[in-house]
Amino acid sequence: MTKLPGKQMVVEALKREGVDVVFGFPGGAIIDVYDAMERDGSIKHVLVRHEQGAAHAADGYARATGKVGVCIATSGPGATNTVTGIATAYMDSIPIVVFTGQVPTSLIGNDAFQEVDIVGITRPCTKHNYLVKDVHKLPQILKEAFYIARSGRPGPVLIDLPKDVQNQVAEFDYPDKIKLRSYNPVVEPHSRQIERAFKLIEKAKQPIIYAGGGVIIANAHKELRKLAESIYAPVTMTLMGLGGFPGTHEQSLGMLGMHGTYCANMAMANTDLIIAVGARFDDRVTGKIEAFAPNAAIIHIDIDPTSIQKNVKVDVPIVGDCKRALKKLVKVIEEDGRPPEVWKEKFKPWWDQIRAWEERHPLTYKKEPGVIKPQYVIEKLYELTKGKAIITTEVGQNQMWTAQFYKFDEPRTLLTSGGLGTMGYGFPAAIGAQMAFPNKLVVDVAGDGSIQMNIQEMATAMEQRLPVKIVILNNQFLGMVRQWQELFYDRRYAATEFTVTPDFVKLAEAYGAKGFRATKPEEVEDTLKKGLEADGLTIMEFAIAREEGVFPMVPAGKATTEMLLV
Amino acid sequence: MKHTLSVLVENEPGALSRITGLFSGRGFNIESLCVAPTLDHTMSHLTLVTSGDEFIIEQIIKQLNRLVDVYKVVDVSEGEFVEREMALIKVKAEDETRAEVLRMCDIFRCKVVDVSPKTYTIEVTGPESKLKAVLELLKPIGIKEITRTGTIAIQREKKTV
Repeated sequence: MTKLPGKQMVVEALKREGVDVVFGFPGGAIIDVYDAMERDGSIKHVLVRHEQGAAHAADGYARATGKVGVCIATSGPGATNTVTGIATAYMDSIPIVVFTGQVPTSLIGNDAFQEVDIVGITRPCTKHNYLVKDVHKLPQILKEAFYIARSGRPGPVLIDLPKDVQNQVAEFDYPDKIKLRSYNPVVEPHSRQIERAFKLIEKAKQPIIYAGGGVIIANAHKELRKLAESIYAPVTMTLMGLGGFPGTHEQSLGMLGMHGTYCANMAMANTDLIIAVGARFDDRVTGKIEAFAPNAAIIHIDIDPTSIQKNVKVDVPIVGDCKRALKKLVKVIEEDGRPPEVWKEKFKPWWDQIRAWEERHPLTYKKEPGVIKPQYVIEKLYELTKGKAIITTEVGQNQMWTAQFYKFDEPRTLLTSGGLGTMGYGFPAAIGAQMAFPNKLVVDVAGDGSIQMNIQEMATAMEQRLPVKIVILNNQFLGMVRQWQELFYDRRYAATEFTVTPDFVKLAEAYGAKGFRATKPEEVEDTLKKGLEADGLTIMEFAIAREEGVFPMVPAGKATTEMLLV
Repeated sequence: MKHTLSVLVENEPGALSRITGLFSGRGFNIESLCVAPTLDHTMSHLTLVTSGDEFIIEQIIKQLNRLVDVYKVVDVSEGEFVEREMALIKVKAEDETRAEVLRMCDIFRCKVVDVSPKTYTIEVTGPESKLKAVLELLKPIGIKEITRTGTIAIQREKKTV
C-alpha cells in the first residue's frame, strides 16, 4: 500500500472516479491540491473567473453527462462564492463534489485570514459535507463523497480540506466499493405497489403522466415513453422534466404549471389519475394547492420518500428508482396484454377533450411588424438547430420562452436552474456542457439581466476555446419582475429598468469573441445563422419587444385553471 | 399531537447540527431534545419530542431519515413506551416552608441533592406530567431556578430501536 499526502489523495481519487475535468479557482488554502494536480498532469483544470462560475460549470457538466461534476475553490471568499452554485445543484438534485481549502486545523475557529465555516454554511444546501480533520480518514471520505453525490436522489457534496491535512501523509487505501450503515437509498420499487398502481390505471378514464427531472436523472426517458405509448396516456412535463419525453411527440402536452400550456394545466385540473414520475408537486406546478387536481387519484414514483406526500396526498406511493419502477409497471401492463389500441379507444373521449383545449388556446404570441418578438427568436433558434443543440438558460422570461418554444426531444439537452432559479446559471453551465461535449452545439439563452451576472466567464470560454453561443434577448428590463409589476403592481417598475446596458457586440469583441446584433424581425434569422456558424464564442443580441410578457401565466397563489392568456 | 421520536445517529461532528438545522430550516417544532452516546460509542441516541399532524410527523421522520448521518428513526409514541425526564429545582426553603418542601419531596419521591440555609435543590424524575405536578405545587413556595433534561424514552417489552 502506498503512503500519500492528502493533496495527492485528492488527485488519485479524482482519477479513480473517472473525473476528467475540474472547474476551479486557486488560493492560498488550496494551493497544495493545485500543485499536486499540476505535477500529476492528467486532470484538465478549467480556470474560471469567479467561483460561482466553477460550481455552475461543474453542475452543467453533470447535467449534460450524468456524471459527477467537480469544482475546487479556496477557503473563505472562494468557498462562499460557490454557495449559490451548490444551492442551485441541491435544489435540482445534481451530483457535484466541491472541494474547498480551509485554514490549518490549528487555526480553525480563530477567525484566521480567509477562514469561514463553509461546512456550517453549506449544511442546509448540500446532500452531505465533510470537514476533514484527520488525513487517515480522507480516502474513505473521498469515496463516500462521490458515492453519496451520485446515488439515490443525487446532490452536491462538499469536502473542506484544511491546509495541514493536505500535506499530512497516510496510507492511501481507496475502497472499490462502499457500504454505509446509515445511508441506503431504496432503489428497487415494491412490486405490490406497482400492482396497485396498475389497478388505478385500469380504473382511470382520464389519466395523465406528470414527468419531472427525476426521469432525466434516472435515465428513464425510454421507459417513460414506453409507458406512455403502451397505455396511450397524455404526458406533461415540469421545467426540469423537459426532454424526458419528446416534446414533438403527439402525446406531449408540453410543460405545465405557472407558464405551462393551457392544455396541460386544464388536463391536470380535470384528470382522474395523475401518474407522477420523478416530480415533486412544486408550488410552481400546483398553483393554489387546495384547487389542484381535485378529482385525481395519485400514483407517485420517486426515489426520495420525502418528496412523496409532502404537498399532496398520494394514493399509491412508489419509492424507488424511476427507471426500475417504470420498467416494472410496463411489464405489468404487457402481461395484462391489452394492446395500445384498446387503451386508445378507452381514453378517446379524454383525448377529444384534450385536443379541444389544445385548439382553443394553443401556445402562441402576437406578431407585430417591425418588432422582434422573443418567442420568434426561440422558434428560429429551434428551426436552425433542428432541436439538436444543448440549450442552457438563465432565469426569468428567457427561460420560460425557451421552455415553451424550443421543443426538447432528448434528455440532458435543456440545462436550467429550476428549483433555485439562479440568474447567472446558464452561461457557466454552458461552459461545463461544452467541456463535456466539445463537438456539440451549446447555446445559452439569456436575458440582458442575467447574462451580466456571470459575464466574466467570457474569458474562461475564450481561454478554453469553447464555441459556446450566447443568445441575449435584450429588453433592457428585468423582464419577469417587470411583468409581475405590470400585472399586479399597477405598472410601477421599481428597480427593473436597465438604463445602462453594455454594447454586447463590443463586449464580445473586447474578449476576443464575435458579436452580432439584430434590431428588426427580418434580421433575426440571419443574425442567428451568423452567430451559430461563426467559429468560437459568439454573442447574438436581439433587441426584443421591451414589454413582452410570458403567457399563459398562472398568477402566484391562484388555481392553475385561472390562467392569463395571450 | 405530541410525538416522541427515537433517533439513532452517527456520532460525527455536525450530526446534531444537521438535525436541529433541519427542524429550523423546515419550520418543524422541537419541544425537547436529549442526546447521549449509546453502548456503541460510534452512535448516539437522540430523543426528540415534537408536535404536528400526521402529515408533518411523516415528513419529519422522512426528512430525518434522509440525512446521511441518521441510522434509524422510530416514533416510539406510536406504541407502548416509557418516558422519563429529570429536573433539578432550586426552591426557596425558609423557616416556615422548609418542612413543607420536604413533605412534598416525600410524596413525589424526589431527592434533596443540595441544601443551603435558604434553599433546597431537589432532583425529580418522572414522566413530564409528574414534573408538571411538582412544579405546580412548588411554585407558590418560590422556585429560584430550574433545569431540565428533556424527555428520554424507550419502547416497552422486547422492542428496540
